[in-house]
Amino acid sequence: MIGGPQSTAQRSRGRAAVIGAADDELTIYERSKPGRRAFVAPALDVPERPIDELLPRQLLRVAPPRLPEVSEPEIVRHYNRLSKRNFDLDTGFYPLGSCTMKHNPKMHERVAALPGHAKLHPLQDPRFAQGALELMWRLQEALGEIAGLRHVSLQPSAGSHGELAGVLLTRAYHEDRGERRNKVLTPDTAHGTNPATVTMAGCDVVKVSTDARGNVDLDDLRAKATEDVACLMLTNPSTLGLFETGIEQIERIVHGVGATLYYDGANLNAIMGICRPGDMGFDIVHFNLHKSFTQPHGGGGPGAGPIAVADRIEPFLPRPQVVRREGDPPANGRRADGGGGGGHFYDLDYDRPRSIGRLRGFQGNYGVFVRSYAYIRSLGAAGLREVSEVAVLNANYLLARLQREGVLEYLPAAHERMCMHEFVLSGAPMKRLLGVKTFDLAKRLLDHGVHPPTVYFPLIVEEALLVEPTETETKETLDRFAEIIEEILREAREDPEVARQAPYATPVRRLDEAAAARHPVVRQPL
Amino acid sequence: MADASYPDDLLYHPEHDWARVEGEEATFGITWYAQDQLGEVVFFDPPAIGGQLKQNEAYTEVESVKAVSDVFAPLTGEVVAINDLLSDKPETINSDPYGDGWLVRVRLSDPSETESLLSAAAYEATLA
Amino acid sequence: MSRYTSATDADRAEMLHTIGVGSIEELFADVPAGLRMQRALACGPGLAEQEVFEELRALAARNVCTEDELSFLGAGMYDHYIPSVIDSIILRSEYLTPYTPYQPEISQGGLQAMFEYQTAICELTGLPVSNASLYEGPSAVAAAGYVAKVHNDRRRFVISRGVHPHSREALATLAHAWEMELVEAPLHEGVTQLPALDDRVSAVVVQQPNFLGAVEDVATIASAARAAGALAVCACDPLPLALLKTPGECGIDIAIGEGQTLGNRLDFGGPSFGFFATSHALLRRIPGRIAGETHDADGRRGFVLTLQTREQHIRREKATSNICTAQALNALAGVIYLSWLGARGIVELVELMLRRTAYARERLRAIEGVTLLHEQPVVREFAVALAAPAQAVIARCREQGVNPGYELGREYPEHPDGLLVAITEQRTKADIDRLAEVLASALAAERQAYAEVPA
Repeated sequence: MIGGPQSTAQRSRGRAAVIGAADDELTIYERSKPGRRAFVAPALDVPERPIDELLPRQLLRVAPPRLPEVSEPEIVRHYNRLSKRNFDLDTGFYPLGSCTMKHNPKMHERVAALPGHAKLHPLQDPRFAQGALELMWRLQEALGEIAGLRHVSLQPSAGSHGELAGVLLTRAYHEDRGERRNKVLTPDTAHGTNPATVTMAGCDVVKVSTDARGNVDLDDLRAKATEDVACLMLTNPSTLGLFETGIEQIERIVHGVGATLYYDGANLNAIMGICRPGDMGFDIVHFNLHKSFTQPHGGGGPGAGPIAVADRIEPFLPRPQVVRREGDPPANGRRADGGGGGGHFYDLDYDRPRSIGRLRGFQGNYGVFVRSYAYIRSLGAAGLREVSEVAVLNANYLLARLQREGVLEYLPAAHERMCMHEFVLSGAPMKRLLGVKTFDLAKRLLDHGVHPPTVYFPLIVEEALLVEPTETETKETLDRFAEIIEEILREAREDPEVARQAPYATPVRRLDEAAAARHPVVRQPL
Repeated sequence: MADASYPDDLLYHPEHDWARVEGEEATFGITWYAQDQLGEVVFFDPPAIGGQLKQNEAYTEVESVKAVSDVFAPLTGEVVAINDLLSDKPETINSDPYGDGWLVRVRLSDPSETESLLSAAAYEATLA
Repeated sequence: MSRYTSATDADRAEMLHTIGVGSIEELFADVPAGLRMQRALACGPGLAEQEVFEELRALAARNVCTEDELSFLGAGMYDHYIPSVIDSIILRSEYLTPYTPYQPEISQGGLQAMFEYQTAICELTGLPVSNASLYEGPSAVAAAGYVAKVHNDRRRFVISRGVHPHSREALATLAHAWEMELVEAPLHEGVTQLPALDDRVSAVVVQQPNFLGAVEDVATIASAARAAGALAVCACDPLPLALLKTPGECGIDIAIGEGQTLGNRLDFGGPSFGFFATSHALLRRIPGRIAGETHDADGRRGFVLTLQTREQHIRREKATSNICTAQALNALAGVIYLSWLGARGIVELVELMLRRTAYARERLRAIEGVTLLHEQPVVREFAVALAAPAQAVIARCREQGVNPGYELGREYPEHPDGLLVAITEQRTKADIDRLAEVLASALAAERQAYAEVPA
């Protein structure tokens, strides 16, 4: 599967020549032929009234949408063939730092598809959605326990949505105390969603620098933590994969000026059952259910970004909240069970006068909750703790393997410290000594059938490579990855051009991103 | 442009912009260092003719595949011309940052502001 | 050891030895002792797969879903038939498990699917540019508001009362954060009555069809918005766009909407997807991911995420939104669904719904005690007023196994006994006849009971 043989001529076409390969590249519109169809409408069983009798002509569109005309076999073949042009987690190693690409348990699709979950209308009377509301309540309880903060809202749709909720909650909290605080501090290592969220929430970003050991620079923090600061947004471990050893001092500084402490839960995989953000003093925590809680990434979503908050922030949580009420539910209809037995029932609470309001429709991404809840029940306390132990073990092991001679001199760790569940290497020496950049290394990894780590993030490390193996990988996979890196570097010492022109063995080779941005073509012309 | 260059006949602003002063007018652009940092430029959104630029303030943006960067005015003035070539070929900023890759021309309001700008040597020293 | 990890005792010993520590405990040395948990998480024990399955099944059994009752409940999400091809495709590992396509060479499947989806949304909305999805409908309205705010820096939104209550609330939450004013345009005879607009208005937002099911005169509203220099924004139900004048044809600047009806399940409200389409002028301002066409080093056509400088991970504080993970898999279901319906099929489907809705409307208005809330043209949903408390009537219908629709009074106090009835292609004539029968008897019984209550 490894392309990139020696001669330039051979390099130009590394893909195996398969008869009909060009057919893979057609779009569904290019396969379309007038008259083909996959859908057959049910027979008309009501009066066939003329359309323009029901909808006046001036309300109608001039021409129908030019959707494809294809049969079912064509749809199946098209999307199946297209899928084979994707690399995926079920197929290979995916050490994409900060994304927590861990195995997606297969039973989750089965439970999510149960009609009682999948075919439940969001506006169904809560008395007839007790199973759903109880599931959400139990998930809230579990997440609250993991975070060490009791009050949870499942409403935000993804991590960045949870962050938005967090900043809005902070603003509401300060406003309620009669204060207008508009500044939010974020470390210079922060994930891009953090400053974008702050701006979207109507606040100003102030960057805090990182010291040589990879921790938040406490002196810089002290200088910038003024009385007009609303919040510090932090990840712990940080995006460098390092535990914030000064966290207790950070908490004192930030709370000392009356600001709140926000925890970006992207790196929760490192600490479940070990320590809790609530105990560290965080006031607001968001979770990425598509990271630590195995919701499949789907090529870019769906996910969910629930939040857990301290007592003082609770009144401002989004509306509605899932609550458990004592007593019997109001008189109900067909279904026998109105509650969980034992004199309580589950409900949606809209009576929240200080709430920030809604962030989205209905109750949130329930299908994601079903999967995450199943995961938590499968693992239990011991299993969740084991996740973090093995995630941190795997990362440290892979780091140790990659800091051996043959790799260390080209890709040294950015900081000489024990890492948590992920670590950062710098490709700066590789660039200097071999003329091969982190970008080229990533492309050459594609030829070896693994997904590259995250590249060029965090921004403060030159030619960064952020590696997160997760706990669901075997030792053999980690060993193999280390061997692949060694091999690529060996090859680069002999002929750096191979990596610079990689990949060869993929469905397409390097793509002209500048052309795509200069003259964007974002739809098929028809 | 392959090699770094900082022509001596230009004046430089620490935020990586240059000015070519010709009498009461000046032409602005971004330096070799700036275009090298950005990578291949894909989009440039010029200010309107007649717009007022203030020294040290950002007056527009240059966008590459991987980043967007503010462009700062080295001097104060009114925009009298913008480089039309860039709407179709923004990559000219990379290949010829001091020539065909110029951004705007202004009528200066206060020519004495040039005293606060850097010479080529002084600017290059800031890059070290 | 759980079933999802594989580090045996032997593996652990070897790995710890390579790292150079004696125990896993030592790997957590950086965590201050005072912060370490002194007890296990109170999350219960781990369960076998079959035990977990049983628990989830038992929870499902306590929900009354659309298989358990004849449902006419809509109000933003609808019980459409989802074809089998969708699951057979989206549950494939290659679509289900990868991350966002940051390495395009090995993500052509997902990127091309996004491109095909974007094209379909452009066709539906009549606008030239679409992104690759947002979370869902109501937050897409808020996202459009953000684009307007950044675009023209004005301080006021005008939003029709006919826009879904959840969308109005989501916009209100953010408008408060942006210190912008939110003015509601009232409904008159079921459609929007736009107030006079001036140069303080950043955007005008209308829904098509509106929450009461009425088809709005979007072109006139868009024209008024543009005359005031405001952006014209339309939140639309995508299926009716097969017949209705498109947002593009109406002069709308931004068309957004809830994508659930395009091949996605009800799932108690999510996940689904939101779509976002706009004009070329706003191309560089739109939120979310966009797939663009280009070519590779060998001249082969390929697709990449483009205009990424707008997104959170490059522009950071100057981003057009903060969205990272969106709803790619749900959008894929959407484009498969639209391909399955096809150019002719979508028209046939919506014409069927249109005629069945007309039939339902006629049957219900003929019932004693039912009046239409408005006489506007409708496509797939309509509103009636009942001559008895809606809640009680609905309860009686439920006892007969029929969920007649949404109790409008919950969000529209001006319609205390209003009922919103939704029709999909799954509701046959026989179903509609049953609805009429059950509703008539429930209404009669409720009115009688009320009459019998001593004064």
